[in-house]
Amino acid sequence: MPAATTTTAGTAPPTTAHRIPSGAGGARRRRRREYLMFLAFVAPNFLFIVVFSYWPVLYNAYLSLTDWDMISPIKNFVGLDNYVDMFTSLGFADVLLTTVYFTVGVVGGSMLLGLGIALLLNLKLRGRTFVRTMVFAPHVLSGAAVGLVWAFIFDPNYGLSRVFFSALGAESPSWLTDSDWALPAVIIVYLWKNTGFAAIVYLAGLQGLPKDVYESAALDGSGPWTTFRRFTLPLLSPVTFFLVVTSTIGSFQAFDVIALTTGGGPGDATTILSWFVYDSGFRSFQAGPAGASSIVMFVILLAITLVQTRYLERKVHYK
Amino acid sequence: MRIARTVQYALLVVIGVIMVGPLYWLLSSSLKDPSQIYTWPPVWLPTNIRPGNYSDAWNAAPFADFYLNSVITTFAGSILEVANAVLTAYAFAFLRFPGKRVLFVVLLGAMMVPGHVTLLPNYLTVSELGWINTYQGIVIPGVASAFGAFLLRQHMLTLPGALIEAARIDGAGHLRALWSVVLPMSRPMLVTVGIVSLVSKWNDFIWPLIVTNTASMRTLPVGLLLLKNQEGYTNWGAVMAAAMFVVAPVLIVFFLAQRHIVTGLTQGAVKG
Repeated sequence: MPAATTTTAGTAPPTTAHRIPSGAGGARRRRRREYLMFLAFVAPNFLFIVVFSYWPVLYNAYLSLTDWDMISPIKNFVGLDNYVDMFTSLGFADVLLTTVYFTVGVVGGSMLLGLGIALLLNLKLRGRTFVRTMVFAPHVLSGAAVGLVWAFIFDPNYGLSRVFFSALGAESPSWLTDSDWALPAVIIVYLWKNTGFAAIVYLAGLQGLPKDVYESAALDGSGPWTTFRRFTLPLLSPVTFFLVVTSTIGSFQAFDVIALTTGGGPGDATTILSWFVYDSGFRSFQAGPAGASSIVMFVILLAITLVQTRYLERKVHYK
Repeated sequence: MRIARTVQYALLVVIGVIMVGPLYWLLSSSLKDPSQIYTWPPVWLPTNIRPGNYSDAWNAAPFADFYLNSVITTFAGSILEVANAVLTAYAFAFLRFPGKRVLFVVLLGAMMVPGHVTLLPNYLTVSELGWINTYQGIVIPGVASAFGAFLLRQHMLTLPGALIEAARIDGAGHLRALWSVVLPMSRPMLVTVGIVSLVSKWNDFIWPLIVTNTASMRTLPVGLLLLKNQEGYTNWGAVMAAAMFVVAPVLIVFFLAQRHIVTGLTQGAVKG
């Protein structure tokens, strides 16, 4: 589920509590009953949120300062050693670089393609409803299954990849086992899976644009490209920022396709931050580096989200 | 103008083919016999249909267990998540409570915690509770609802307050007002939140992978990884059939309830 709508945080509209008029004592009793009711209603949810969302962040922060091997009862405090080790090791620099390539490829690519598709689907073309459905379908499918399908497509001998390359008069690369091709391969799969989301969100944005702006632009003799650049893009900017944040959060969680195709390899060609967190925690049993890398991930995403929220708040003030 | 139209239709077809192609390849390969899979040029329309791929896949790993586990954890998880969402939404929409604003921020803040950050600590918590390899271990960490609760609350705030007031004056308690007035009026949003929850739990991969360690407790997506690790990519027909086990139910739900899924997943994008 996209961690959407953080944009509306802090703008809770005043709530409508419904009080029934009665005597002063009755009112107080009723109000106390309402407190208890509220507690009963929200307590389970908040218990789970605190235990399984907030506590993990704190606990990771603590683990990141230890050298715990996940077995021994002793967790030695090592200060910032894990962070220093990470940021001075070439391996982690590679992971961050791969993560940047991957994120830029998936987020940038799916948004550009998504915008293009949305502009096309916004035209009155026959069959656009069908295409809209098919564009969005991959987004709801299991990444594990999608990974398997694409592993077959990338098979250089029997996959669709060979069809594609032989049409170009070339031989298909062995995508998943070649360290130059593995990251592009994984990016392609996530593009296929995620572009529909961007396309549908942009399409909704396009359909919500005020018509009068376009009418007056047309009256002024503004051509299609100028109209797009001067009006459509700026008017879509809240949608764009929403997509940047949700897609970035999504791409930081990318895992299942990688697990079923490259397993972070070959070498560490497709080891992005999310794979690194899993690998150091659940395959190397090093709680310190696992905690430290997940805190790094948290901070990056928090920064992106905060920047977006600030930006949107400014936009709201303009109105 | 004509040319522009032609280009537009050509693009539409290309996009359609790219999106449908892999799905068609998945379905058709799951039905091909080896002579039609391992051949060049490729067979586009399988003629020797081989349902045997499905039984091969089913028997290659305990897929019956995987299916049962997926169904149980998905439904249990979604029911609890939606229940949490409904109660929280009602409380924030209609009840008075000191510190409500602070709690609301706490609720929304939970959406900012990326899943990978919670993996290791949640694994430790669950194992502390003795829940490794249990249904509650798979389900419970995912039953909190922040996004769904938020969506439902926004919706409930648009309901006519007079109706709820009337119900209360008639002597209905909050539970009653929720059940017989608010919920019926929130049907579309409830369906949306429910379906989105079902789909995401069905597809969940990394948490069930971590929290289970015996074949009989695995869920379907994790089962795919087992199958791949066991058989490699050798028997593509069976591997594609196994992928169909996971994908088919979601595709059916998607085509039936497309609009709800799309609103659920894109909600909040276009109101800035």
